[in-house]
Formats: sequence, structure tokens, C-alpha cells
Amino acid sequence: MVLESSKWVMFIVCWLFKNVSCNSVAQKIYVELNNTVPCVRLLNATHQIGCQSSISGDTGVIHVLESEADLEWPLSKGPNPPYMVLLESSLFTKSIMMKMKNASSRVAGVVVVPKTSLPEFSPHTTCPNENTGVYTETYDHNLAHCNTTVWNPRGNGLSYEEFDFPVFSLKEDNETEIIKQCYFDHNRVVNGSGLQYPLCAMQLFSHMYAVTDTATCMRRSSIDFSSFPVKVCEPLGGYNVLAFIRPYNSTAFGHKENESVVIAAARLDSRAFFLEDSAGAEGSVSGFVTLLAAAQALREATQEAPPTRNILFAFFNGEVFDYIGSSRMVYDMKNNKFVIDLDNVHSILEIGQVAVRSGTNLFLHSDPVSRRNNTVHDEVTNLVKNLQSSTAGLNFSFVETGFSQPLPPSSFQRFLRARAIPGIVLADHQTAFNNRYYESFYDNAAHLNLTYPSNLSPEEQLEFVTDTAKSLTEVATAVARALFKQAGGNNSQVNNINADPKTVTQMLYGFLVRSNNSWFQAVMAPELKDVLQPNPPWYYVGVAKLSHQANALTYLVQYLLANLTGTATNLTQSQCKKPDELPNESTYMYSYFWVQGVVPPNSTQRESFCIRTAVRLAKAVSPAFVLGDYVSKEYSTWTESQWKFIKARIFLVASRDLEMLTLGVGVAVLFTSLLVTYFVSTKADVLFSVVREPNNAAY
Amino acid sequence: MTAAVFFGCAFIAFGPAFSLFIFTIAKDPLRVIILIAGAFFWLVSLLLSSLVWFIATKATNAQDLTLQKNLLIFGSIFSVILQEVFRFAYYRLLRKANEGLAAISEEDGPALSVREMAYVAGLGFGIMSGAFSMINTLSDSLGPGTVGMFGDSQYYFITSALMTLALTLLHTFWGVVFFEGCERKRWWVIAVVLCLHLMVFSLSLLNPFYVGSILPVYAIMLLMAVWAFFSSGGSLHNITLLWTCRKSNTETSS
Repeated sequence: MVLESSKWVMFIVCWLFKNVSCNSVAQKIYVELNNTVPCVRLLNATHQIGCQSSISGDTGVIHVLESEADLEWPLSKGPNPPYMVLLESSLFTKSIMMKMKNASSRVAGVVVVPKTSLPEFSPHTTCPNENTGVYTETYDHNLAHCNTTVWNPRGNGLSYEEFDFPVFSLKEDNETEIIKQCYFDHNRVVNGSGLQYPLCAMQLFSHMYAVTDTATCMRRSSIDFSSFPVKVCEPLGGYNVLAFIRPYNSTAFGHKENESVVIAAARLDSRAFFLEDSAGAEGSVSGFVTLLAAAQALREATQEAPPTRNILFAFFNGEVFDYIGSSRMVYDMKNNKFVIDLDNVHSILEIGQVAVRSGTNLFLHSDPVSRRNNTVHDEVTNLVKNLQSSTAGLNFSFVETGFSQPLPPSSFQRFLRARAIPGIVLADHQTAFNNRYYESFYDNAAHLNLTYPSNLSPEEQLEFVTDTAKSLTEVATAVARALFKQAGGNNSQVNNINADPKTVTQMLYGFLVRSNNSWFQAVMAPELKDVLQPNPPWYYVGVAKLSHQANALTYLVQYLLANLTGTATNLTQSQCKKPDELPNESTYMYSYFWVQGVVPPNSTQRESFCIRTAVRLAKAVSPAFVLGDYVSKEYSTWTESQWKFIKARIFLVASRDLEMLTLGVGVAVLFTSLLVTYFVSTKADVLFSVVREPNNAAY
Repeated sequence: MTAAVFFGCAFIAFGPAFSLFIFTIAKDPLRVIILIAGAFFWLVSLLLSSLVWFIATKATNAQDLTLQKNLLIFGSIFSVILQEVFRFAYYRLLRKANEGLAAISEEDGPALSVREMAYVAGLGFGIMSGAFSMINTLSDSLGPGTVGMFGDSQYYFITSALMTLALTLLHTFWGVVFFEGCERKRWWVIAVVLCLHLMVFSLSLLNPFYVGSILPVYAIMLLMAVWAFFSSGGSLHNITLLWTCRKSNTETSS
């Protein structure tokens, strides 16, 4: 088309004139908003949740909402629908969102500006993962669907609603100022008089390709039209991080004779309404940081005097979305695709949310149904005894919850679905969660009271031991001692097992404040240093990538666990890549990572070295996608929709009258000119007398 | 803004040029050739003058806005002068090529008179000039937004279209007058055309004070229309002839 080619010409001309600002008309019209976080669409076997915009974007006149009563203006009173509603985060509540959802013909989209927090807000459901845990109707009718204990009573389910308009969150403050300035200049109602055009408007593009449910979108993704098949949706998934104390040959799958393993589990991932904003401080970080510290505490004791049973440190990914990681591990164990199987599992200790205590006790949750069996009950009692005796000399104690209470949402439930294994889940809550911001973007460092004195530099903040770190260190010490006893270790060694508060506080800083710090840099591989950012990492599990690439959080936990449980070797970098050539090294048993190391005080070169560790990554993609059963009720079927681009921009819109006037004038000019030209051209011989030139023939 | 504004502005800017093309040029292939060649000559003049401007801006500080604005004005004046130079060059080319055109034309004798060539060449210049003024603005008018975020007037699109319309017709009239002046060796005509072109350019600098720029430009256009009419052989007598002819036609038919 002529317009497109001339646009291309202009684009090339503009690109050539890069140093001189190209005064394209588009620059006079639009202000692009760059730092936005969209709400995207997720699908499972039965529903689609999240937000959708139309394919050419949704445009609406901006309205800054001041209170819930002010909703009348966009929803009924305002004369220029549709409206793009701008809310502060304190107004981002379920009632306001549902009112806008019901009037969605007048609402073009919603933009949330994070500012002050609410006293409590949890967009997750009240009974997380209720259909994929162990408490089904058949397991125990009274305990299913949170009939006894509602775990997340503050949950409003906003994350699981479906909106047919786009919802974005703004990150930067500069852009919010521009929008508010535009609103105050053009859109303010002045004392009852009508609004003057032009009005300030915003357009949001977040068109999602997938619709209906996972089965539909996976079917559409598999149609192979051309050499570039278009994926409409992708399954969620990632990697679990696993480490045995005594590693097995990684190619020998299935049951291991006479091997008994104690699994220590924690959850890695978390979510929020805006998936990229997920923080998960209390929800997941408190658990896995405690487990990492316990792994470090156990390292020396288990190397000097290895206990009878093996210990597996398992960090499950994708647990928020119907237990993706743990269901995959149980599936692999049942189908002999993992180095041990369910018969080898002796007991399970899981660390849930442990950072927000309402007293000095931590609670031990167990499953009442499996404890009806005497052997299981005895084992659980033994585990409880080991845990309670491990808090001797520490400032807290473990207390069992009541017998009739089910387990909170935890990866242990998936193991119970397969087999009645004895186990305990540690948590800071006795019944409902203490976490006021479960799976929301307010569950950040401030929620854990992670405060640093203001005059510290980032490196000093890294080293500063906060109170939260101290309390988590004690929990980690108790967990490590209990695991050691549970694995049959020598009782005399137990009091030498202590978690290191410096490690814990550095981990909390790195995971909740800033991942690009000196310790994380020392621990990571050189080719992965871009994973470290000046912000905390993302906790959303994301889509399972085809290549062997994991997300930033997985790499961080993998390399940290390697550093805390592995041994430094003096292999060179090339030997580290191919250690099998050396006589005592074997990649079947161990993994070898070349890590950056610290910068010594008097030089600029890092002292990199090769670390030998038993840490491995295991694929955490739901078995439903392995089996091809996209309507599975047994396994997680969550997928994320694909999209082409996501952007937002603001501009002024003109009144309809002016547009119609322009069109009218244009049509009038066209017709007049056609008539006049026709008339003049037919009468041209009369109007223009031809002057005969004297010398025609010369032409 | 939207499709309504897009079509409205497109019709305003290119409506007359389109109707002129359909009714007077499209039927005769020779005229089409001269039109396209005229457009090409205008394009080359723009290219050369923009090269000068480009080198000037690259050689100076890009951050100094007043300097850049002055360079733009200088570049535009240079462009105006170069356009008239190329118009003259096209005149010379057409005169020389008349023999060749006579050879390929179907009729005996001169295929086109100088007046026809003048009109077609002027229209070619006008169409190309209008296209370059308006196409970029038109493509951005399709989106949902209108100009005004940074303080510009919201009548930007419609006034751009009106200005383009005026410029297209002005180029046509200047072409007629210019060639006639060259033919009759009245060199002052060339100077007057150049001055008027510069005056129109400087009036456009008054934007966004649209009353001060559009109205005088249209006044100049009407003046040029009258001048071109008279210089291409029209006269008041002819108009009255037309009127009485029509009157007599209607009398005889009724």
C-alpha cells in the first residue's frame, strides 16, 4: 500500500537522521508508556483467567478514580464512554474490579498505580489448589474443599477472575505523572459544565491468542500450517532443584535396594495478580531460604559422619499452579524415571511459610487420614519428637496442631496422593495463614520487616543481620538437626549443627531486595551473570522453555545450593567442562560448575574455581502434558497464552463533530472539484482561445 | 484521528488534483508522461536541496534548536529556489523534446502546445509536492489519537490538508504562468513566481497561527488562478461567450 511504503520511507529517513530528532507527526500525537506490567491470560482444563484486549487495542478516555463512590462517573454518569480507569493500589479491590467487570461495555481498561498498600489483600482463592491436593471427596469427605479450615480467608479470588478488558500496572513514577498531568489538563470536570474536547485517552494492547481452555489452545498450537508453527499457548513449568547428600548414579532409574531417603522440601515459586510483579517473601522465600540454610548447616556433619538414610533437598517449582513440580516428581518416581521411587521414601519434612510468627511457636501440621494407620502414625510421632527435641537451646518451639486438621497446601500432599508416607509440614500459622498478602505483590521485603539502617551502602546492607534473618536462622538450625536425627545420624554430633545467620541474611537480601550483589555474583557462573539484576528476581514460574534454560530464580537457587553443599575442587576451567577424563571425577554422580568466585581485596580479577556438587535440575512440567491429557483432573493443566506485543500509549482524542466536519469538507471539496473540472474541461475550447503560432511546421 | 479524518483530509488535499488528473490528463498518454516526468523533476530538486540541509545539520550541533530551526529555514529557501530552477530546466527540456514527442505522437504536427505542457508540468510538480507534504500526516491520522498533547492545535490535520490543496493548485498555476513567461521572454515573470513561492513558504512558517497563514495563501492562490487563466488564453470575453452559449443552448433545447 502506498501509505505503508511511504511510512517505510519515512522510517528509513528517520533512522538515517537518528541524531536529529525526526519530527514525525506520530511523535506529536502519542506518548508511549514503556514500563508497564500487563495482566495476561492463563488457561487450564476448564477455565480461562486473566485479561484480554481487542486485537487493535482498547482505547478509553482516562479517568482517575478517587474513591469507590467515584465509580459512578465511568460506569453510568460519564458522557464519553468507554473510560480507561486509573486506580491507585489501595482502590484495587475485588468489589471495584467486579463492578467494572459487570459494566465492561463502558470500561475500556484498568491501570493500577502501585502506591500505598492495603492492610490485607490476597487475590488468590480461599482454598489454594483445592482440587489437586490430597483432600478429595474420596480421601476424606469432611476435610475436602477446606470444610474444616479455610487456609486463606482473606482471599478474594481476583487472580482467578476473567476480565474482557486489559488491566495493566505501571511501574515508573515519571509516566504516572505524565498521565495525571494530561488528565488534569484535559479531563477534569469543571463545576458541572461539560467536558471540553480534546480529551486525554489511553490505548492498551494486550491481545491474547488463546481462548476457552487448555485443550482448545493446545489443539490449535499443534496444527502445523507452515514452517513456522504458531504456538497459541505454552504449558507452565520450569525446573525443580534437587540435591542428595549421597548422590546416586543419575542414569540408574527406579527402585534402589536398601536405600531409605528423607525428603526435605520447600516451594520456590509464587504469583501475584500481575504475574511479573510476584514477590512471595513470606509465601515461598521464607521456606526455601530456611531450607538452603539447613542444607549448609548439615554439610559438615554429613560429610564427617554420613547418616544411615540419605537426605534429598527438593525445591519444587510451579507449586502455585496445582503442584506442577511435585506432581511431576511423584509421576517420575511412580514410572521409574527418577533415581529413587516411592518405596525408597522414608519420610518427608516440608518447610512452608515460616517468617511471620504470631508468638514464639512454629506449628507442625500432619495429615490425620494417613495417621489412622498405626505404622504411619508411629513414624510421624517419631518425626515430631525429633523436631521438638531439636529446638533445645533455641528461642522457639514446635507445637503440633490438632489431630482433625488437614495439611495446609503443600507439596507433601502430592506424595500422599500416591502413597501414605509419614511427613510433617512446618508453618508459622496454626489454622489460617498469618500471611495477609498471600500470593500478592505486597508480599515483599517490607512485609517481612526487612529493614536496614538508612546509612548503609548496598554492600553493607548485604552483610547486616536483620531480626528476620536471626529468627529464620534458628528455624534452619532446628530443621537441620531434626533432619540429621531423622536420617539416623549420630546424636552426639547434633549440637554442632548450626545454621549461619550471615548466610541467611545475605540470601534474604539477594532474594528480596537486590539480586545483583557481591555474594550472588561470586556464586554464579560467568555466563549467567546477566541473571542478576538490581531488583529481586521473578517468582512466577513462567512457561516451560524448550531449550535447557531455566528462569533466574532456578539458577540462583541451583548455584546457591551448589555453593552451600558442594566442594571446591582445583580443576581448571577446561577440566571442569569435561571432568570424566579425570580418574576420580564422574558426571554420573556429580555436577561440575565453573563459578566466578570472589574478587580478592587487592586485585580486580575474580578467583574463579570449579565446584563439584550433587545438585541437579529436574524438569518440572505437568504430567498432563507428557500424557497429552489436557483435560486431566489429576494433574495441573495450566498454560499461558501467547501474544504478539504488549504496549500502552496515551494521546488526545478529538470530538466526533470535528471528525465529521473534516469528512464533510473533504467530500464537498472532492465533489466540487470534480464538477468544476468536468465543466471547465468540456468548455475548454470556448474558455481558452488558442493562439495560432505562425511557424507550426518547425515543431 | 480516525478513518473519518483520514478520508476527509485525503479528499481535501488530493481531491482537485485527482479530478484534474481524471478529466484532463488520464486520456492522453503523452500528458501522463509529461506529468510523471514533471513530478520526477520536482522530486530531484527536493532530493538535492535536502542533501544540502542534511549535510548542514550533520555538520553542526544537533542539540541547538534555534540553529536547527534556522538551518531548516535556510534549507527550505534553498529548496524553493532549486524548485524554480528545475522548473526552468524542465521547460528547456520540454522545448527541446518537442520534436521527439511529435515523432511518437499519433497526430501530425506538434503533439502538445506549450500551454498544455505548462499546465501538465505544473500539475506534476503540484501532485508530487502535495504527496510529500501530506502522506506522512495522513498515515498518522488513521490512528485513534489527534495532535495536541504537546500544545499543538487540534486543527492540525485539516489545516495541513487545506495547505496541501493550495500548494498543489499553486504549483499548477505557477507552471502555466512560468512557461508562458519563458516563452514570451518575459523574465520578470520568473522573478515574480519565485517571490510568490518564497512568500507562500514564509507564510507557512506562521503556523499554527492558521488565520495568518491559510487565508493569505488562499488569496495568493486566487490571484494566481486569475493570472493563469488570462495567460493561458482566457479572457472575460470568453467567459461571457460561455455564458451566452449556455443560455442559447438552454433556449434552443427548451
